[in-house]
Amino acid sequence: MKLVVVSAGLSVPSSTRLLADRLAAAVDRHTPVDVQVIELRELAVEIAHTFTNGFAGKALAAAQDAVAGADGLIVVTPVFSASYSGLFKSFFDVLDKDALAGKPVLIAATGGTARHSLVLEHALRPLFAYLRAVVVPTGVYAASEDWGAEGLPARIERATGELAALMPLAVRAGEPDVVPFAEQLAALQR
Amino acid sequence: MQFGIFTVGDVTPDPTTGRTPTERERIKAMVAIAQKAEEVGLDVFATGEHHNPPFVPSSPTTMLGYIAARTERLILSTSTTLITTNDPVKIAEDFAMLQHLADGRVDLMMGRGNTGPVYPWFGQDIRQGINLAVENYALLHRLWREDVVDWEGKFRSPLQGFTSTPRPLDDVPPFVWHGSIRSPEIAEQAAYYGDGFFHNNIFWPADHTKRMVELYRNRYAHYGHGTPEQAIVGLGGQVFMRKNSQDAVREFRPYFDNAPVYGHGPSLEDFTEQTPLTVGSPQQVIEKTLGFREYAGDYQRQLFLMDHAGLPLKTVLEQLDLLGEEVVPVLREEFAKGRPANVPDAPTHQSLLTATRKEAVA
Repeated sequence: MKLVVVSAGLSVPSSTRLLADRLAAAVDRHTPVDVQVIELRELAVEIAHTFTNGFAGKALAAAQDAVAGADGLIVVTPVFSASYSGLFKSFFDVLDKDALAGKPVLIAATGGTARHSLVLEHALRPLFAYLRAVVVPTGVYAASEDWGAEGLPARIERATGELAALMPLAVRAGEPDVVPFAEQLAALQR
Repeated sequence: MQFGIFTVGDVTPDPTTGRTPTERERIKAMVAIAQKAEEVGLDVFATGEHHNPPFVPSSPTTMLGYIAARTERLILSTSTTLITTNDPVKIAEDFAMLQHLADGRVDLMMGRGNTGPVYPWFGQDIRQGINLAVENYALLHRLWREDVVDWEGKFRSPLQGFTSTPRPLDDVPPFVWHGSIRSPEIAEQAAYYGDGFFHNNIFWPADHTKRMVELYRNRYAHYGHGTPEQAIVGLGGQVFMRKNSQDAVREFRPYFDNAPVYGHGPSLEDFTEQTPLTVGSPQQVIEKTLGFREYAGDYQRQLFLMDHAGLPLKTVLEQLDLLGEEVVPVLREEFAKGRPANVPDAPTHQSLLTATRKEAVA
């Protein structure tokens, strides 16, 4: 199965990517997966251009195809101004509106303090619910202090177990079906 | 194969001088551009239709009727006619009238329009865009083919015993293209009727255009109008030329960088690599345009966007000289090479009339 990891960390190395990698490795322990990591930092300019010219550049288009073809997603953002980062949101803004429908998604975030941990429930979960993704019940938030405390590995374990269990049920995007014209016309005459 | 130009009709400041043409100047410039298109040997002039600033062409048949009186050969068309927010009855009347005045030198391209507020301004709802296109065109199609129409639908008041006048010239309705960039439903609609399909690919990468055109071609064959290769395809293009390609890039860059739609976005270099835009010598334009055939197949109509983003009229007319003298003659010759004999030309009034008469005899 194919697992796509979307990381919106900006620094190199970043704690966002660190969390993303630990989550991906944990999924692989539950069920073997091919992992592809999408670093949004590398796509930042193409994402901005997509807003101005209406189509995705080559690297962004490849990332969008990867998302559409994934059996599951891990999405990780740093907390900026009490929410996901603008870059993180922008990537999902330029994604096809049906790309995540029926797809299992594990939401995760990093921040400087544990005070922001509900960003998962107040910002990320509604976004992915809107996109009709199947968001796993456990989200993973890692504050700086969590990297030296107990609890994070257990949350990673639980969340990734949930994701691994849902991935075989994922809906993958295919070519859109054409509705025969006569049916389209008939639907209007009903 | 037909070659021509299509205009959006934008009133945009010239970024090199800061001067904005008046609406009158822009409208007159569009007419001058159309006349020039005929003078340099192009086949088609198409105008957009818009109902919001900074665009002037809200009344295409008025403009095309005026151009018809000042030209002899040029085919007058649209890019596009809003099948969603116009009353299909008025489209039927306006274009039949234009057909008579222009002695049949008329076709038109259906489009939905993507400016949200225009829909409510005309009493419609953008969320019904596809359905409006489907139902309104179904009515338009009948109004041009049946002398007396009884009709009832979702979006317009019913018609009982209605005759759209004038009847189409020689009882031959204008040929219709359907323009769409990303909606498979419209490719399907064009295929169903055996109409033309125009992909305005100027902002889109080749692989996307290829998918849409292939869909249309396959469905055209599915509906029994011919083989996929015989479907009627049109494409957009966008060029700026000077003899010396560096001069073209230098002169066009400020217009590109400040253009509505894609200005302040990607670099000119990235955009020319990813889309049909060509900025360079006539030879480069020829090479790029010939490449369209590789992903769209042998096609029937190539329209170029030449007059947007604030380019002054004088420059546009120079561009048309280059297009007519150095580019299109070579394209005609090269596109004809290796073109299968059973691939038809774009229908014209004359060819449709001949076909109707043959059918009547048979």
